[in-house]
Amino acid sequence: MEVFSHDVLLIGGGGAGLRAAIAVVEANPKLTVAVVSKVYPMRSHTVSAEGGSAGVIKPGDSLDEHAYDTISGGDWLCDQDAVEAFVKEAPEELLRLEHWGCPWSREPDGHIAVRAFGGMKKMRTWFAADKTGFHMLHTLFQTTLSYAGIKRYDEWFVTKLLVDDGQVQGVVAIEQMTGRVHAILAKAVILCTGGCGRVFPYTTNAAIKTGDGMGLAYRAGAPLKDMEFIQYHPTGLPFTGILITEATRAEGGWLLNKDGYRYLQDYDLGKPEPKPVLRSMELGPRDRLSQAFVKEMEKGRTVKGPYGDVVHLDLRQLGEKLINTKLPFVRELCLKYENIDPVKELIPVRPVVHYMMGGVHTDIHGATPLAGLYAAGEVACVSINGANRLGSNSLPELLVFGARAGKAAAAFAAEQRDPGKQVLEQAMDENRRLEEQYLHKSGGRERVATLREEMQKTMEAGAGIYRAAGSLTEAQRSLQKIRERTANVMLDDHSLTFNTELIAALEQSFLLDVAEAMVHSALHRTESRGAHQRTDFPDRDDQQFLAHTLVSRNPDGGPRVSHLPVTITRWPPGKRVYGQAAQQTQGR
Amino acid sequence: MAESIQLEVTRYSPEKGAAPSSQTFEVPLRRDWVVLDALNHIKDQMDGTLTYRWSCRMGICGSCGMMVNGEPKLTCATFLHDYAPGPVRVEPLRYFPIVRDLVVEMSDFMRKLRKVKPWIIREEEKPVSQGEYLQTPVELDTYKQYSMCINCMLCYAACPVYGLDPLFIGPAAIALAQRYNLDSRDAGSRERLEIISQHEGIWGCTFVGECTKVCPKHVDPSGAIQQYKLTAAKDWFKSWLMPRGAK
Amino acid sequence: MTHGEHDAVQGYTTHHPRWFRKRVSTYWWLEQWAYLKFVLRELSSIFVAGFIVIVLLWIRAVSGGPEAYETFLNCMKSPLVVVLSVIGIVFVALHSVTWFGLTPRAMAVRVAGKKLPEFLIIAVNYAAWIVASGFIAWVVLRG
Repeated sequence: MEVFSHDVLLIGGGGAGLRAAIAVVEANPKLTVAVVSKVYPMRSHTVSAEGGSAGVIKPGDSLDEHAYDTISGGDWLCDQDAVEAFVKEAPEELLRLEHWGCPWSREPDGHIAVRAFGGMKKMRTWFAADKTGFHMLHTLFQTTLSYAGIKRYDEWFVTKLLVDDGQVQGVVAIEQMTGRVHAILAKAVILCTGGCGRVFPYTTNAAIKTGDGMGLAYRAGAPLKDMEFIQYHPTGLPFTGILITEATRAEGGWLLNKDGYRYLQDYDLGKPEPKPVLRSMELGPRDRLSQAFVKEMEKGRTVKGPYGDVVHLDLRQLGEKLINTKLPFVRELCLKYENIDPVKELIPVRPVVHYMMGGVHTDIHGATPLAGLYAAGEVACVSINGANRLGSNSLPELLVFGARAGKAAAAFAAEQRDPGKQVLEQAMDENRRLEEQYLHKSGGRERVATLREEMQKTMEAGAGIYRAAGSLTEAQRSLQKIRERTANVMLDDHSLTFNTELIAALEQSFLLDVAEAMVHSALHRTESRGAHQRTDFPDRDDQQFLAHTLVSRNPDGGPRVSHLPVTITRWPPGKRVYGQAAQQTQGR
Repeated sequence: MAESIQLEVTRYSPEKGAAPSSQTFEVPLRRDWVVLDALNHIKDQMDGTLTYRWSCRMGICGSCGMMVNGEPKLTCATFLHDYAPGPVRVEPLRYFPIVRDLVVEMSDFMRKLRKVKPWIIREEEKPVSQGEYLQTPVELDTYKQYSMCINCMLCYAACPVYGLDPLFIGPAAIALAQRYNLDSRDAGSRERLEIISQHEGIWGCTFVGECTKVCPKHVDPSGAIQQYKLTAAKDWFKSWLMPRGAK
Repeated sequence: MTHGEHDAVQGYTTHHPRWFRKRVSTYWWLEQWAYLKFVLRELSSIFVAGFIVIVLLWIRAVSGGPEAYETFLNCMKSPLVVVLSVIGIVFVALHSVTWFGLTPRAMAVRVAGKKLPEFLIIAVNYAAWIVASGFIAWVVLRG
């Protein structure tokens, strides 16, 4: 085992992690900073984001309106001080990225172009064709290459946070190339590990999205927040779950049921117009659109496909020229994976799990209650997304809170002494645990893939778009059984060199922790709000539940739930209004 | 459609064998399955030791590049039924050292990416408060194609020059340099030219053109390199004819 | 700098000598049709050079007087030279066709902001070839 040491350590090399690393170096060039990532940074899941990144820069738009759209979109579960800071810093961060070379799409005069997006009253979503996340990530990654001070540990998998005396002192990580386990000590650690879509069977998320950071924080004693709020993106391809961006609807796409009817008009989302109307119909918020799908399915009006029920996304009215200019990647994906040309044919789509509103609880500077531990991006819950995230808010979230967490961690680290050597014992213990529980273990009966699939099936059935006490309790029981079976896990691969089966087993154990936290939180929230819909409690209850659900781990390993009131500054809870009625409601 | 298809997969473990060998697996042949689905099926149900990289399964992260029947492909975008009745040979990317099974050693590529200075170089940076650097859609179009590279390294696996001379900077890295050279907001072409106008840079390229053929994102790296050669040659002539006035 | 990197002379990580490096065969160009086409394309320049040499010898023969010219022509008529010339013409044609095909890739010509389509640039090359050949044919044959 080798021991390395840095002032600030980033776990995760996606948009948030890379932005935070730059923020640390710029805040204090004397600090040493390193990024440890289980994949090479350009493989991070930020790369697959398509639609865009919201920021107020056009005349006629205002920060207050962006804030109101976000807060109402989040069904008033957003911390408004955080949202106010977010909407203010988002345009600066997006401009900074432009200075770093991001190829934002432009208006003819050379200024940044913006497009409409779901849930937004004004057009404020910056975009780089329909590969915004790809361009943002590659711009960030290439920019970090110009900073000699940013060190990287590529393809190192963090298995545990080292905590001593109530403070995080570093991590234990497996160097996948050689299988050797090392300790990386740090005065401050920032989790930027992203979401956990792989808890569910159908997701837009890549294989690597296994909730590692949430699991790490949870086991180290930091609370997770709002874990019951899981976003289903209304338009994913059946079978693969590949994302068809919301931009298709922003540019004028329609959602049709089996009768060719724009069914969203039946669900309080407005009246259909030929051109897209902001905050109306197909440009409504994602939770409402996904819920409408389930209702249509119950009415028998969805299309039966080879992989389950779907509805149709109609882009034919956009025309070939627009699709090729603004949605070329969508066309490519449909042709390739569905053999369908969206210029002439309907695209089969269904809601798939896409984003985790919940995550590691942080304040507006990215700090968790555990000293020395910070979090930013999808892994964190500040919360700016509340009960439902608006499209194009998560990409600027990476930049704004990546930068904030970086600055806060840098300030903290500058005040710390070097971590003591006592944590190295924990690292040795972890090394032993990995060997005993996985590498040197013989016998065992459960394949990692089987446990993963059972967990995913359980979650889809028990904690999907609509849940109830019955389905959730059933899910809890099933997860408990899966946990018992996990003790019997058996690996085929006992080698050291690039053992991806070991990594899969470790990821599966993080996923199980996250799944349990999700179900437990969902059981405790006896109301419906945003993406958390209880058929047994269909109404929103601001009396009891204008609060975040915090879940922490008890010493015996079980989850413990508590509540944290939402920070309200200027927007008292109101009704979420979409459709034509929304045109009269002004954001205050 | 037949029920199943055979995959001949490269196996190699530095801890066990001296050289890579081939192992055959029989997998279901489903209409929607790509080669990656077959590999996942083998790993999940048959042999957990099979090792390979993958992530997004939609052709944007660049992780899953491998040789399929001798051609560099993204396995998440390569359909099994196109190879029916098979067998399908799946091997690690050519011209890279093999770490394990289908995983190759990438640090050479990562070093070369950095070497060409792929970031905006400017004399003076204007503050963010002054807004964006203007760039017309035409100016964006000039370099846009070269900004589409997903770093999948298929072009390196197709390039015999890289195979014969590991010092060659390679298609993706040079195309990336050109992406910045042609960006109207960048002023670093001179700096990059000094690095790339070398034998290991553009002058090592003999325009085989295979890199452009295999690129899944249509970046056209060989076009980028030839255009770069023209620019470098023009630049050289200018510096020769007008040593003091050249720019 | 990535941890564990050693900037070895060969450009590989010397950190892990157990990684398997397949030797690239001397006959790499036979492994793929595309590679073989490439090597033939490159070889065609030898025939181009060969024809230039012949033209130079021709000029020398002409300036050497009728006897020297006679010797030269007899040499050119020999079966071996005829066969080689036919092969040479095939390769020179290959050379020109591949050259024209590659020009649009090497030159991005933009008119009014839009990139000219490839076939246009190729067509211009062929047009120039035909015009030049036509002109030479007229000069040679009219006398």
